[in-house]
Amino acid sequence: MAGNKGRGRAAYTFNIEAVGFGRGEKLPDVVLKPPPLFPDTDYKPVPLKAGEGEDYMLALKQELRETMKRMPYYIETPEEKQDIERYSKRYMKVYKEEWIPDWRRLPREMMPRKKCKKAGPKSEKAKDTGKGTSLTNTADVLKKIEELEKRGDGEKSDEENEEKEGSKEKSKEGDEEEDDDAAEQEEYDEEEQEEENDYINSYFEDGDDFGADSDDNMDEATY
Amino acid sequence: MTQAEIKLCSLLLQEHFGEIVEKIGVHLIRTGSQPLRVIAHDTGTSLDQVKKALCVLIQHNLVIYQVHKRGVVEYEAQCSRVLRMLRYPRYIYTAKTLYSDTGELIVEELLLNGKMTMSAVVKKVADRLTETMEDGKTMDYAEVSNTFVRLADTHFVQRCPWVPATENSDPGPLPPAPILVISEKDMYLVPKLSLIGKGKRRRSSDEDAAGEPKAKRPKHNTDNKEPIPDDGIYWQANLDRFHQHFRDQAIVSAVANRMDQIFRSLPVGYNISKQVLDQYLTLLADDPLEFVGKSGDSGGGMYVINLHKALGSLATATLESVVQERFGSRCARIFRLVLQKKHLEQKQVEDFAMIPAKEAKDMLYKMLSGNFISLQEIPKTPDHAPSRTFYLYTVNILSAARMLLHRCYKSIANLIERRQFETKENKRLLEKSQRVEAIIASMQATGAEDAQLQEIEEMITVPERQQLETLKRNVNKLDASEIQVDETIFLLESYIESTMKRQ
Repeated sequence: MAGNKGRGRAAYTFNIEAVGFGRGEKLPDVVLKPPPLFPDTDYKPVPLKAGEGEDYMLALKQELRETMKRMPYYIETPEEKQDIERYSKRYMKVYKEEWIPDWRRLPREMMPRKKCKKAGPKSEKAKDTGKGTSLTNTADVLKKIEELEKRGDGEKSDEENEEKEGSKEKSKEGDEEEDDDAAEQEEYDEEEQEEENDYINSYFEDGDDFGADSDDNMDEATY
Repeated sequence: MTQAEIKLCSLLLQEHFGEIVEKIGVHLIRTGSQPLRVIAHDTGTSLDQVKKALCVLIQHNLVIYQVHKRGVVEYEAQCSRVLRMLRYPRYIYTAKTLYSDTGELIVEELLLNGKMTMSAVVKKVADRLTETMEDGKTMDYAEVSNTFVRLADTHFVQRCPWVPATENSDPGPLPPAPILVISEKDMYLVPKLSLIGKGKRRRSSDEDAAGEPKAKRPKHNTDNKEPIPDDGIYWQANLDRFHQHFRDQAIVSAVANRMDQIFRSLPVGYNISKQVLDQYLTLLADDPLEFVGKSGDSGGGMYVINLHKALGSLATATLESVVQERFGSRCARIFRLVLQKKHLEQKQVEDFAMIPAKEAKDMLYKMLSGNFISLQEIPKTPDHAPSRTFYLYTVNILSAARMLLHRCYKSIANLIERRQFETKENKRLLEKSQRVEAIIASMQATGAEDAQLQEIEEMITVPERQQLETLKRNVNKLDASEIQVDETIFLLESYIESTMKRQ
């Protein structure tokens, strides 16, 4: 709404009395800066409730906090090296129980995949026994890519490498989907037999492996 | 989800599950439903870690998954469920009051683990209870089972949805994710188990072995060789049922307070006879709080509890109390006045409240800028000219409740941050005191003299002890405050939910 300033005269567009200021009364100062971060309060807060129930809940809360840190669900981040290696730290290390989720209730993609080399020949065997001829194409592609990789990264440009990785990943994915269909049983047994703490192995407890695994070609999100 | 809620969720997830789970969880809360690879890509986390984090979150009912077309599985976080983690102590304490220590531990185990089979819960709880009993005594599985059944009957624990058994032997390609279902009638059905056994005490030899890497132990110890009778039947705590209980408690205690007031003004004896009960009920029905309404005269008078009105009254009382504590009792008077009269002009407020104009104006604006009170414009003319418009002050309870709720979330986030700061500041001292305690404990176990123990204790100087005392006091205060603010959150959320349901 075009507000005419009244040709130099100060005039309000609304009835100033309705807001509560009398005519000609001094208006309060203009606020020039944001209010203080911790303003003084005129009224002190009411004291907290105290009682048996409250005390018990407080103790429970603190206990729960400590307990949760020791449960297998608490996933530690690898810590930076401490400045002084404390002797007593060894004796205060809390043993964490292992937890294996019920895979029947989770999507299949949740299961950890064995990407390490020693599983390679085994999964290939499973692959061979488990399926028919439809995968010869993908097997060929894989072999070809392996050969190319062996020739060395330095010879290829980055782009080409990425392409190959991309297609390798795609075919790997295709492989794995079909792998799962036919050979899921075998894979699972494999994992059980391989080591006693198979699943736990991929849950690293020390920080050593962190970052060393370059899982799943994170360069491009192909899905 | 508001920023305040997301921030609070982040703090809660980090405290309970660590930073990796927190990163994934907060990402999902912010972005909504996403598939696995997108999560990994967007958060810059390795696929392996994302999977672990999701497993943990799904186990604790904080994330659900859905299969979309073309077999893509998407994961969605439940922000409000994350916020419920604040209430865990209250759930556990309630179970204790209703079903004593056994009930308390059952609920605690279910909350700590997300979901468990009944046999696992019974075994774990029996073991824990046995630890606390005198030497030679053990807790029988049957007793724990009984309490579990009672909890299921009263709906405090419920079954999780599960994978229905498929009839066909070869279903063709397996689905990318199992579809979990549950029907109403099965939700509280306890499987027929004959759990026989007693709790086991953890032997001291096991404790010594704590430092050794247990990874070398065989995956299946002897206990697990037996087939689990209720395999696949998982139970979880039924939070809604607890909420019902809290709500009932809140209403009962509010009415009880009211009753006390009425009680004092009536000459009645201590045995409640039918006549007196009638009187009480009539009083309650006429009470302006409107908790109880009379809905007919059949059977001598049918009385009904109006839950929505009750929750509304509780929410309003909370608002009034906050205004009083923040702005003073005169402001509170104005607030109650506007609440009662629904709409008031500036002049009318001054007259009714009997407060001088200048102060009344000041107070109204303070409350206005705090969003406890709002202005309603009523134009006299079609051009909405301000000089010819009524401006009425009014209290919109729903929006004020929402504002206060949002503030509560911020408060708790601040409390948690401060507590973490205090703990971090004193980290060195805390670690030192823990080490000293560990040393003393081990020395006591091997039998040391008092003089030696005293020497070790003196490793912590007197001012350090005082510092620790102060820290403990502060942390306790902050923790207790969190619990109390959560009570307010519960009231406000209940009221808002009840109001939204009626719309």
